Amino acid sequence: MMYVLIVFLPLIASLIAGLGGRKIGDLGSQIVTTGAVATSAILSWVAFFQVGIGGNPLTVELFTWISSGSFDVDWSLRIDTLTAVMLVVVNTVSGVVHLYSIGYMSHDPDKPRFMAYLSLFTFAMLMLVTSDNFLQLYFGWEGVGLASYLLIGFWFKKPSANAASMKAFVVNRVGDFGFALGIMAIYLVFDSISFDTVFAAAGSEAGKTFNFLGYDVDILTTICLLLFVGAMGKSAQLGLHTWLPDAMEGPTPVSALIHAATMVTAGVFMVARCSPIFEFAPTALAVVTVVGASTAFFAATVGLVQNDIKRVIAYSTCSQLGYMFFAIGVGAYPIAIFHLFTHAFFKALLFLGSGSVIHAVSDEQDMRKMGGLWKHIKITYVMMGIGTLALTGFPFLSGFYSKDAIIEAAYAFGPGVGEYAFWCGVGAAVLTSFYSWRLMFMTFHGEPRADKEVMSHIHESPSVMLIPLYILAAGALAAGAVFAPYFVGEHHEEFWGAAIFLGESNKVMEEFHHPPMWVIVLPMAAMALGFIVSWNMYIRRTDIPVQLAKTHSALYQFLLNKWYFDELYDYVFVRTSKWLGKKLWTIGDTKIIDGLGPNGVAARVVDLAKRASALQSGYLYHYAFAMLIGIAAFVSFFFLSGGGH
Amino acid sequence: MEIGLAHYLILSAILLTFGVFGIFLNRKNVIVILMSIELILLSVNINLVAFSTFLGDMVGQVFTLFILTVAAGEAAIGLAILVVYFRNRGSIAVEDIHHMKG
Amino acid sequence: MIVATLAFYLFALLTVASAFMVIASKNPVHSVLFLILAFFNSAALFLLLGAEFIAMILVVVYVGAVAVLFLFVVMMLDINFSELRQGFLNYMPIGALVGFILLVEILLVVGGWHLDPDALTVVASPTSELGNMTNTEQIGNLLYTKYVYLFQAAGMVLLVAMIGAIVLTHRQRPGVKKQVIADQVYRRPEDAMAVRKVEPGQGV
Repeated sequence: MMYVLIVFLPLIASLIAGLGGRKIGDLGSQIVTTGAVATSAILSWVAFFQVGIGGNPLTVELFTWISSGSFDVDWSLRIDTLTAVMLVVVNTVSGVVHLYSIGYMSHDPDKPRFMAYLSLFTFAMLMLVTSDNFLQLYFGWEGVGLASYLLIGFWFKKPSANAASMKAFVVNRVGDFGFALGIMAIYLVFDSISFDTVFAAAGSEAGKTFNFLGYDVDILTTICLLLFVGAMGKSAQLGLHTWLPDAMEGPTPVSALIHAATMVTAGVFMVARCSPIFEFAPTALAVVTVVGASTAFFAATVGLVQNDIKRVIAYSTCSQLGYMFFAIGVGAYPIAIFHLFTHAFFKALLFLGSGSVIHAVSDEQDMRKMGGLWKHIKITYVMMGIGTLALTGFPFLSGFYSKDAIIEAAYAFGPGVGEYAFWCGVGAAVLTSFYSWRLMFMTFHGEPRADKEVMSHIHESPSVMLIPLYILAAGALAAGAVFAPYFVGEHHEEFWGAAIFLGESNKVMEEFHHPPMWVIVLPMAAMALGFIVSWNMYIRRTDIPVQLAKTHSALYQFLLNKWYFDELYDYVFVRTSKWLGKKLWTIGDTKIIDGLGPNGVAARVVDLAKRASALQSGYLYHYAFAMLIGIAAFVSFFFLSGGGH
Repeated sequence: MEIGLAHYLILSAILLTFGVFGIFLNRKNVIVILMSIELILLSVNINLVAFSTFLGDMVGQVFTLFILTVAAGEAAIGLAILVVYFRNRGSIAVEDIHHMKG
Repeated sequence: MIVATLAFYLFALLTVASAFMVIASKNPVHSVLFLILAFFNSAALFLLLGAEFIAMILVVVYVGAVAVLFLFVVMMLDINFSELRQGFLNYMPIGALVGFILLVEILLVVGGWHLDPDALTVVASPTSELGNMTNTEQIGNLLYTKYVYLFQAAGMVLLVAMIGAIVLTHRQRPGVKKQVIADQVYRRPEDAMAVRKVEPGQGV
């Protein structure tokens, strides 16, 4: 019962706020939705201790959805450790974001709609994580995509917001297509899409191949790669990442909830959930590692030079997601989920903090127009500081436990993709530290670069916006130290139970605890290096960035324009699709289908009618002639068909 | 050679053809149409009487009388219509009569 | 028998020729006259067939009444000579083809046709020997007994035709003086006369 409440309370609240928003008013919608999600959050923590730490996984069956031959799909809530972790993450972050939105959106006229969308998103995400079969997961998957579209384009009167929401949805769709193909392949191979059945049978299908275009392709690898395509789309990995920075068009609470803690982690969750399949497809795991590591490095390089405060944090998210994926790729699923857990806290903290900053400087988002704010918004400054320290992996904060674990696991995996991932991870750590501190310095330190008008209005955020920051800061500080033993430490096997499957050859989880000394020190050194360089460039001698940009302007432009991915995609895909669409429309639709179909038929009818009307000449002898021809025809017909005598 | 039924039938057929041709091949005036109709009826009469003679059946000739009657009546009405039409339109050239053109 | 054959061919040829001239003549009066000629020759053919009553009726009714009516109308309508207008030749090929087809079919039917030997036994009203009754009598025997209703109907047809013709063509002409007997009979002295005292030598 508790689990049903956890999942469905947000939905009910969303419906109430969405449909009855006008009746219950702004405050009513906010109270209903925030209350519902907060209740879900508290219940989720209870569930976490019961199921996760206590070790009692269960399945709650709701009802049968589809029953067609061997295609049996039920609505069931599968509650095991992985689910419990995700429930906690989703509901906690969602709860604080709901609370925060009450303050952040206080000037917005559409508050009920916003709260309803947030709760709808929460419900879809919960559906996703509690799913017991692939179709239910896909339902949640699409639901969060829909909610993301609605929320990014919340201020739909802004054309850039509309474009961004469409971009997010379409890029996601590409990933979803791969995911759907994967699900269909699973059904084809396993004759079922229920997790229990598929995971139990995955081992027996390992190594089997099928024939595709003359090549023998491994079945499980294909399935896993297709599933990973879906994860790439949802989690903005390299190739399908272009939507994430533009998604910052949405309000900051949306970015915190969706694009930091929950929706983008759905891909990580899905791959971790499918660990039984992935463990038998080492090629797929290698691909995952390479893609994840490359994303981590790529996003960090782009984040170095961005000027919009939210974009920096967005690329940071992209980079950290890359970390999570290459952790999965080297077989360290628990570490990846642990990083997901801690990352949710400090990334949401960073986003909400930046929202507080933006709120303070009258909705200015360009960091070049900020500066010298730390005296005026001290609490926000401290909170952002905590978040940054956690992100960069400062010892004993949460990021330290999870991020460094990932790097050590990559080292423990061995040569090949593990080494590649290791060095990408270390490089990305340097860059992460650099740009995180750059953000702090540019925003809060130095001379104020905003104008007098803005500076006079700077004020600390109201408590309804600060309390969420406190909660998240607590998580960012403590979550790592408190939960590390359970997630990745001595108790990790009992903790995870059957939720995550590790293959026999997968020794990473033990080996990463004993890396060489230099491997342990290297991430910390990377963090320090990044801090020092950033301090040098942005506090001590602030002319260096400008000079560097001038001297290496090609590289600077390359990074600033996100490695020209958007331009490339526009050239290859967007223009081609538009051209194809236009051709199909003008020629295919108008000329051929309309020409043969309605328009053509109508024109032919008019033609025929004109010709037929020519028969009505008005001359009697024409009519008599026609009659005569008719008689001749009749007689001939009768004669030739051998009629009676 | 013996004049048989066939001869009369062939004659009747030829007259019929002429009558039919006359209806639509003429461009001169409507009276010719009416006369062609009379020709057709004449051919039918010949046909009936020939059969009546060769089969020895009187009915053919009785029917011929009826046809005669009707033909006379029809000619009268047709000409009356023609006269009225001429009064109203002023022309009975076939080519000018196309008011029913659709 | 040669005379009969010759006579048949003569009359038949004349009929066909006149029929052709009916439709081919430029002058409508000529057309009517050729029609009359065709009727006469058909009457002769009927005589050859032994149906003298029909023949004479043909002459009296068709020629005497119908053809004369045609002539009256032709004269009244004052139709001009008309040239053979263009376009006649357009229809010639198709018309000729259609007519030819019809003709061929009729001939095929006729040629392939033979008299059923039983046909003679199912004669509805057999003719008696020629010596017994005249053609007229034979027709009368049949017409006023078995087909009397049809006879009356034919009379009706003629009546209706007459009425129709009158109705169609009758028009009120202005300025025509007619007698209205009823008015004349109902005239009263008071309406017609007035008595005035007149002084001698004054006038009215």
